Amino acid sequence: MTTLAQRSPSQTHRTLSADDIEALAVGAWILGTGGGGDPYHKLLNMRLLYEAGRSATLIDPMTLADDALVGVLSNMGAPLVGQERLADPEFALKPVRMMEEYLGRKFDAVMALEIGGGNGVHPMMVGALTGYPVVDADTMGRAYPEAQMTSVAVAGLRCYPLTMADIRDNEIIFPRAASWRWMERISRKACTEIGSVAATCKAPRTGAEVKQHGVLYSVSKAIALGTEVLRARAEHTDPIEAVLSITSGQRMFTGKIVDVERRATEGFLRGKARIEGLDAFAGKEMVVHFQNEYSVAYLDGAPVVMTPDLICLLDSVSGEGIGTDVLRFGQRVSVLALPAPSVFLSEQGLAAVGPRAFGFDLDFTSVFKENQA
Amino acid sequence: MKRIGIDVGGTNTDAALLDGDRVVAAVKTFTTADVTTGVRTALKDVIAKAGPAADDVVAVMIGTTHFTNAVVERRNLGRAAAIRVSLPASASLVPFCDWPKDLAAKVNGGIYLVQGGHEYDGRPLMPMDEKAVAEAARKIAADGVGAVAISATFSPLTAECEERAAEIVRNEAPDVHVTMSSTLGRIGLLERENVALMNASLIGLARETTQAFVDAVADSGLGAQLFITQNDGTVVKAEAAREYPVFSFASGPTNSMRGAALLAGIENAMVCDVGGTTADIGCLVNGFPREANNVVEVGGVRTLFRMPDLLSIAVGGGTKIGRDPVTVGPESVGYRLAQEAMVFGGAQVTATDIAVASGLIRLGDTSRVAELPKDFVAAALKKMHENIAEGVDRMKTDATEVPLLAVGGGAMLIPDAMPGISEVIHVEHNEVANAVGAAMAQISGETDRIYRDMDRDEAIAHAREAAIDAAVASGADRATVKVIDVEDLPLSYLPGRAIRTRVRVVGDAAAMRAEVPA
Repeated sequence: MTTLAQRSPSQTHRTLSADDIEALAVGAWILGTGGGGDPYHKLLNMRLLYEAGRSATLIDPMTLADDALVGVLSNMGAPLVGQERLADPEFALKPVRMMEEYLGRKFDAVMALEIGGGNGVHPMMVGALTGYPVVDADTMGRAYPEAQMTSVAVAGLRCYPLTMADIRDNEIIFPRAASWRWMERISRKACTEIGSVAATCKAPRTGAEVKQHGVLYSVSKAIALGTEVLRARAEHTDPIEAVLSITSGQRMFTGKIVDVERRATEGFLRGKARIEGLDAFAGKEMVVHFQNEYSVAYLDGAPVVMTPDLICLLDSVSGEGIGTDVLRFGQRVSVLALPAPSVFLSEQGLAAVGPRAFGFDLDFTSVFKENQA
Repeated sequence: MKRIGIDVGGTNTDAALLDGDRVVAAVKTFTTADVTTGVRTALKDVIAKAGPAADDVVAVMIGTTHFTNAVVERRNLGRAAAIRVSLPASASLVPFCDWPKDLAAKVNGGIYLVQGGHEYDGRPLMPMDEKAVAEAARKIAADGVGAVAISATFSPLTAECEERAAEIVRNEAPDVHVTMSSTLGRIGLLERENVALMNASLIGLARETTQAFVDAVADSGLGAQLFITQNDGTVVKAEAAREYPVFSFASGPTNSMRGAALLAGIENAMVCDVGGTTADIGCLVNGFPREANNVVEVGGVRTLFRMPDLLSIAVGGGTKIGRDPVTVGPESVGYRLAQEAMVFGGAQVTATDIAVASGLIRLGDTSRVAELPKDFVAAALKKMHENIAEGVDRMKTDATEVPLLAVGGGAMLIPDAMPGISEVIHVEHNEVANAVGAAMAQISGETDRIYRDMDRDEAIAHAREAAIDAAVASGADRATVKVIDVEDLPLSYLPGRAIRTRVRVVGDAAAMRAEVPA
């Protein structure tokens, strides 16, 4: 499914360039499908680390030894808090060291919980600080809001232990939880208490688990996406076409946002954006619903794309991803569908992240024929 | 009530004297290197032209691109130190970290991070390290740095840390000018701090420029009060502008669109301003330009400024027209129109030549374009019309037909009819629309805060009161203040039904209302 996944053996281990990191930030924001937080501050940190002579190394997951220990990292919390309490690599490293101390063993590599948004860049900061290689994989292939919405949760892997750090001297270890949902509920409470932003190290994975259950090559996919968008911008060509040219994605709609409705319920930002068609879509209307991320898009009343297929809303001119928290009347956007990681197409996968997991009474149908259940 | 609007642009300094909504006199003069001379000349000329009608002018409103140009051209900037109250948070991304290196080198007067700040819910993050603030203040003074920007985590919610830090700096270093980031609004520490730093570095220039404007008005013999126009189409008293030059950054295009609204007497419309190089298309909502949503960069620095959402397309009076095949732009002859256009004796076919050949305007030597093939002229005009119509359609936000206001020196290039437009209105005095816009500017207030454990209506009511108080503090007449924008965003993940609410209000200047007999 992922044509980008084909890599030559010589590229199994490569030092990312500063340009790769720039591209990663753009690509991760696109794959964030509206959530995951703007990667800008993490990109800034990476620029400073690179200027200081540090760099991040990307490794092919298939080169991991079966018993390798891999740290799964993410920043947890409200994107808005991140605008005032800025990302800091030393802070991202804290829960990694906590986990190593707890396990009594050093990590062999680190990886992203989610490639979408700022969390796609997050493990790069730790990699650049420590020299740990970053695995070319994540557990979502996009961004999702909750702990049970990952490939490793769908596979039924162990959900603990989890370490969490605050910028003050507060450190929290969650040695055990009954299920992924319980881990989500308990860790979310703690996160809220320390200011709705926390650096975390999720349940560690073995090399074998990553190879079998990770969403593979998602980092190179994000870098390739970002590279094409940045090239299109520099050459003043259409960045949307650039995205489509290197993915098996489809353009679902082009238009301008004429209405945005938002409400916060049960810890989610829910709502919908109404988009009026332009160009080839003149006279048509698309309504995109979101729950932190974009979940279902309706064309003239009929559902046409739904989670776990990726719904990406991009600025039509710049190709920049648009977060659900900054959607605004008058924006000119293109709506793209990208295929879901295959792990989410199983019965268990759809139970975790299909339309019903987000409150839509719809049977999943994919935009992409090969993904039909 | 009479007032004079002045727009100090890169090329021209325009002035318009208004009586109520009526333009009594308007003049165009050249901008001078010192800015002040141009303003004096424009004032003198417009007063002379208006005659006795200029006697009871109560206010002069000046819009200027002077401060933006200082940042963009890296000149007349002072050194500014940064005190950020945020530790242990945000330590890796220090002030100036995302500035262009040349600009940072010029402005950076020292970086001081100290412990303190607040959480999203108003709890202190850590107690503020007052000793560290005092030490920083003494060092800044010892270094001879004249201004400091103070920022603190979540200061738009509670400015406690910034206010206390400012007090300490004033005690320790009374000669150092203080800009608090919370006075410049909005959530987003890095961008808010950037704006505060720019403000601090412009303080010297702002004091000088504002004083020059004050002197120019005093010398004119008018007993008028001076206001400076701001990015959002409103004004502040000169004293306030002296403290906050960054608020006057983008007044040019805003004034032009606001002026068009007044001249046409229409508050909701599209505006197409055709200049020498581009046509700028914007959208007026309730008499104000719709604002761009994206982060705005000034001189390469990310800011939270609200700027008008403009689409610039390559159709202007100087736009080069090609033949075989017929092309429109994107190159323009620019300020060399008077030499290079065919009607002025040049060899280049420009949009102006097409307008003359089509009989849309009489200009220069019309015989020089008489030989241009009729089908070429028609095709070129058709293409310009199509480009403008397409740009207008892109900027429209709903399908309802709205009027389009045609302004600028190249307004004759705008087609009389286009899809989605009810009528195209060519307004009188459109060549000084920017000065007219400055003259009619109002006073605004804005809040952007997070409220907790409140329902939506209650939160908006609180925000509205705070915005109105801010407007009145800036000189608005409370009785005339009205809400022009409300935006609310429920915050996911945060407990206690948190809601971020932004309210913007405008009102007439109290000083001007006082002149109206009861």
